[in-house]
Amino acid sequence: MTPIVKTALKRLGLGAITLLVVSVIISLFVALLPGDFAKAVLGQAATPETVAAFQREIGLDRSPVERYLEWIGGVVQGDFGQSYAGAGSLGGHRRDVADLIAPRLANTLILAGVTALVAVPLALALGLLAALHRNSIFDRAVNLITLTAISAPEFFLAYILMLFLAVRWPVFHALSSVSPDTSALEHLQRIALPALTLVLVIVAHMMRMTRAAIINLLASPYIEMARLKGLSPGRVITHHALANAWAPIANVIALNLAYLVVGVIVVEVVFAYPGIGQLMVDAVSKRDLPVVQGCALIFAATYILLNLGADIVAIVTNPRLLHPR
Amino acid sequence: MSELDRLTHLARAGGLSRRSFMEGAVALGLGVGAASALADRVLAQAPKQGGSARFGLAHGATTDALEPGNYVDTGTQVPFWGAMSNSLTEVDAKGNIVGDLAESFEPSDDPKQWVFKLRRGLTFHDGRDVTASDVVASFRHHMGPESKSAAKSLLETITDIKADDKETVIFTLSGPNADFPYTASDYHIPIMPTTEGGGVDWASGIRTGPFVLDSWEPGVRAKLTRNPNYHKEGMPYFDEVEFLSITDIAARVNALTTGEVHWIGRPDLKTLHLLSRNPNLTITEVTGYAHYVLPMNVTIPPFDNADVRLALKWAVDREDILKKVFLGHASPGNDNPIAPSIKFAIDPEPRHVYDPDKAKFHLQKAGLSSLKVDLSVADAAFNGAVDAAVLFQEHAKAAGIEINVIREPNDGYWDNVWLKKPWCASYWSGRPTVDWMMTTTYAAGAAWNETYWNNPRFNELLIAARGELDESKRAAMYAEMQQLVHDDGGVIVLVYNNIVEAHSKELGHGEIAPNWEADGLKIAERWWFV
Repeated sequence: MTPIVKTALKRLGLGAITLLVVSVIISLFVALLPGDFAKAVLGQAATPETVAAFQREIGLDRSPVERYLEWIGGVVQGDFGQSYAGAGSLGGHRRDVADLIAPRLANTLILAGVTALVAVPLALALGLLAALHRNSIFDRAVNLITLTAISAPEFFLAYILMLFLAVRWPVFHALSSVSPDTSALEHLQRIALPALTLVLVIVAHMMRMTRAAIINLLASPYIEMARLKGLSPGRVITHHALANAWAPIANVIALNLAYLVVGVIVVEVVFAYPGIGQLMVDAVSKRDLPVVQGCALIFAATYILLNLGADIVAIVTNPRLLHPR
Repeated sequence: MSELDRLTHLARAGGLSRRSFMEGAVALGLGVGAASALADRVLAQAPKQGGSARFGLAHGATTDALEPGNYVDTGTQVPFWGAMSNSLTEVDAKGNIVGDLAESFEPSDDPKQWVFKLRRGLTFHDGRDVTASDVVASFRHHMGPESKSAAKSLLETITDIKADDKETVIFTLSGPNADFPYTASDYHIPIMPTTEGGGVDWASGIRTGPFVLDSWEPGVRAKLTRNPNYHKEGMPYFDEVEFLSITDIAARVNALTTGEVHWIGRPDLKTLHLLSRNPNLTITEVTGYAHYVLPMNVTIPPFDNADVRLALKWAVDREDILKKVFLGHASPGNDNPIAPSIKFAIDPEPRHVYDPDKAKFHLQKAGLSSLKVDLSVADAAFNGAVDAAVLFQEHAKAAGIEINVIREPNDGYWDNVWLKKPWCASYWSGRPTVDWMMTTTYAAGAAWNETYWNNPRFNELLIAARGELDESKRAAMYAEMQQLVHDDGGVIVLVYNNIVEAHSKELGHGEIAPNWEADGLKIAERWWFV
């Protein structure tokens, strides 16, 4: 077994333990939320009897520990349980949490994927160019634009883009409402504006980190050496500097990708895009605990896996870490 | 429906030529000129069949369900009741009760018993006949100890329902209720097919309405197609309707301006003047039944003193709140929970307006020189509740009343604040009859009696009016009851809200019903493409 596989497996094991701890914390905190599903759904119309009837049906009359153990037991076997939604007089119409999450997660991953495909290469290229032409007009312009974009709140960027690209000049759709039978091409057209918004939000972070990492390395003696050897600036950057800059860049990319999966609720709401963020917010406001817990676990797993990926990239690109003594 | 309304309806549905319409109208006593003008107007608005309409709803969550006892907002009410289902009766645009699935409804003399006769030839979407036993099961679905329905308390007065024959249902009530047909129009009580074992099948979405459920993603969209066997002649007009949940207000307005949807509910009032400049759009506004209130618990000092309550009623500038919080899209309340468009509504005298001197006078009468009270509010009660309370605080200063505005958390507001704190903010979507509203909120012992008011004369009148079939006597009783709430009750009615909606000029419609949003929730059935 190579050291890298060993490390990965060890980290995966640690990740599983982290997930377990996270699941306990989530259950603890949702139990602390005031109100419950029955009261949230019935609102002003909640009378004590209807609330009690609801609670009996969805098992809220049992102790939190009992409910947690049953839930985590199911999750280990791949069963995320049933949503409280749809609880009514006839049994058997509650929806499976997995069925609720799956299409939403797919939508979120599509949006995150498209955004990442545009944003990551763009950020890397801009960062490299900015580092190469440090303090030039280009460098300053790129910094100014990306920093302005990241400083504006997401919803504001979204509204500005919508105003110009959907209302004034109707190039894109103002609404991203997609359904499972939307064709792939239409899906892409519909998510153009939210993807563009997210690109603007995340490019600055990655671009700045790339630029800083490269500039930092450009001052090192071995780069000086490479230059003195007479190598072209492009080769110095791609072969000598970038090879050592991957670790911090991979970390910041992982962080931004995780954000694309777990933190885009505002953009989802503004464009009415049925992603997982909106599902979770709906679930929290209605106290639909199985769905909240399912979403939170997925979010935690996303963070753990992406960080693991970043660490592996860091190890692979750094021989000192690859062959620890 | 008057004879002229019937003619108009027929002409619009295309079942009547211009000539026969005019003949009919002249026969009803209209002059030829008037009949001709009316014919022009009616036929110009004649609905066309066809088209696929998309509606942007302000509500909708992934937790929504097809179960009618849980229809909590327009996200479920408009698609699953208005478009997909029918109740026994419905409220028309003028506030009258008319038969929907029921052809007729007759009370016994007291009226403790109501006999509903179903229309002939009614079918569900899957072709099964609608029978009296379906009606019985659909009502029973909301009743009984195991019911989780929001309509449970509404139907508590029913002691027995039975199917007399295939088309006749007999309701027996615990007390007389002349308004029972209104109860039967509630959106929680659509008629659904029975299942073996005596329950109802709510989960399949098979109902009787103008549209058949095609696909539904909770919290995202619902798509329905025209029911070719609908019982209303010529209706519905659209071939297909789609409801999108667009909860973000700016996204909703943009969806309308870019043509993604043809109609939206609850446009942004702050930018309404800009929206109204768009030549392709029309904004509709009707005064609804809904009202925003500040209920005081009359069993807790100082609110147990009627003069303190009156002082507070005179110390608030409703016009100011209307202008600043509701941006003019409301009408001022007069401490009467019955909105002006409801049958038997009165405007009690003296009109409660902002008058610090009168407020001071009532304070003195209560033996107080100044007053300090807590007002617990959160925007969960209604949007703008906190702003309204702060304005009230300023208005009341002139009358020597110090209001301490306590900002409560939105989360759990209906659990922890409403009905618990002595003075708070609350919201009522309104009820179509005086009796219904008063029974829900102002009768002694009602579960939602938010003012804990117990006025013997009021309670006596409430029971008496239910059994009174003489309309003028009932009107007098209801007038006295409204006056009592206005003079003695614990509620400050700030404003009645307007139902503001916007739609593309491609859509046509008749008179818009004020009972609920979206043309009485029945926009899919009642509207058409011009």
